Amino acid sequence: MKPKELQVAAIENGTVIDHIPSEKLFDVVRLLHLEQMPHSITVGYNLKSQKMGRKSIIKIAGKFFSDSELNTLAVAVPNCSLVIIRDYSVVEKKKVTLPDTLIDTIHCPNPKCITNNEPMRTRFHVLNPALGIVRCDYCNRETTLAEVTVK
Amino acid sequence: MENRSLVSLVDYTKEKLVYLLQMAAEFERQPNRHLLDGKIVATLFFEPSTRTRLSFETAANRLGAKVIGFSDPKVTSSTKGETLKDTIMMVSNYADIIVMRHYLEGAARYASEIAPVPILNAGDGANQHPSQTMLDLYSIYKTQGTLENLDIYLVGDLKYGRTVHSLLTAMRHFNPTFHFIAPDELAMPEVWKSYCRDNNIRYVEHKEFDEDVIAGADILYMTRVQRERFTDLMEYERVKDRYLLKLPMLAKAKPNMRILHPLPRVNEIDYAIDETPYAYFFQQAKNGLYAREALICDALGITLDEIKA
Repeated sequence: MKPKELQVAAIENGTVIDHIPSEKLFDVVRLLHLEQMPHSITVGYNLKSQKMGRKSIIKIAGKFFSDSELNTLAVAVPNCSLVIIRDYSVVEKKKVTLPDTLIDTIHCPNPKCITNNEPMRTRFHVLNPALGIVRCDYCNRETTLAEVTVK
Repeated sequence: MENRSLVSLVDYTKEKLVYLLQMAAEFERQPNRHLLDGKIVATLFFEPSTRTRLSFETAANRLGAKVIGFSDPKVTSSTKGETLKDTIMMVSNYADIIVMRHYLEGAARYASEIAPVPILNAGDGANQHPSQTMLDLYSIYKTQGTLENLDIYLVGDLKYGRTVHSLLTAMRHFNPTFHFIAPDELAMPEVWKSYCRDNNIRYVEHKEFDEDVIAGADILYMTRVQRERFTDLMEYERVKDRYLLKLPMLAKAKPNMRILHPLPRVNEIDYAIDETPYAYFFQQAKNGLYAREALICDALGITLDEIKA
């Protein structure tokens, strides 16, 4: 049997975010503020995936996120896989879950909402996590996560 | 300090609404009271609204407060690019309470989160207009002697009309039956019908608007069908006269029935109706004064007992 070949190099310690739909890669970067991190980050884009056809993967060496940081990913990539690596081994697998409140993670789709016109944080209340229905705490507009853009 | 701002009536309990109505009744008995001597009320109108501003300013004056503010944002620094936050923080240095009308939705909620003084929402875009709802409730209470078990007919623009949506939410405590009468393009949105179902509010949709339908009404709440709301102007031409209230349509009206309208009226209520006992829209506007005196006092922590004392 042909040995399994890694498309992206393994990391010794850190966090792996796998099964990201390719086009959502940069949403993940923004949500976790990866562009501001000093850690070594390996990004695989448009990799072949049996499950998804094409996928992206991000490996962040030496970084372990809090659950609340990781849960912000649920607004863009609710089905991604999170793997915690220690000493080259998988020590934990996680799924993201949508928090009750989303603070400054998404834009309100209502152009007349105050949050789109003032330098301020957005805040959404999650009404239905399964259907991804959220309500802006300011203008009260209800929307689905499929319709919003990540901040 | 507890945030006493009024952004929306949605979260108010039945008891709180009734309490504010009692306060308004007390102000109707005697509108001139020196409860706010030495206080300053700021009225910040980032969007012009003559009726609402005059009503709030009259309320403040009758309570003995001094009023500062602006009625036209063109004269303020917001035209120079000042943020809402900076304007609010600046005015908070001068005033004990801020009455604010803004064209952006959610502006009042945001202002209430940053201001060290209470904010009274005098309308934020298409979102909330709680003082209008309060005066509507007070008008219904006054004319019917109760808020319980009433048949309330909403006519005209039920899609964009923020007053009718606020009325639905405020009346949910009082077991009403709502009746919706609107052109298809301006029908009550599904999200509000589902709100009614979730909150056990009965509603009936009527196709016709005639004397037989009106015969069941305790309150006939008229709104303006505006031309600019229609995407199909042919449709507007077809339906525009169907939602005008004419005198003969009141032939079978119940004696207690009263006609409300948030004003301004254009032509949706025949002037001949003004002379009938059913017309109540001018008194309704006057009730706004008492309702707003109550809201200002409540936001400043003045209780009903103190007002009665």
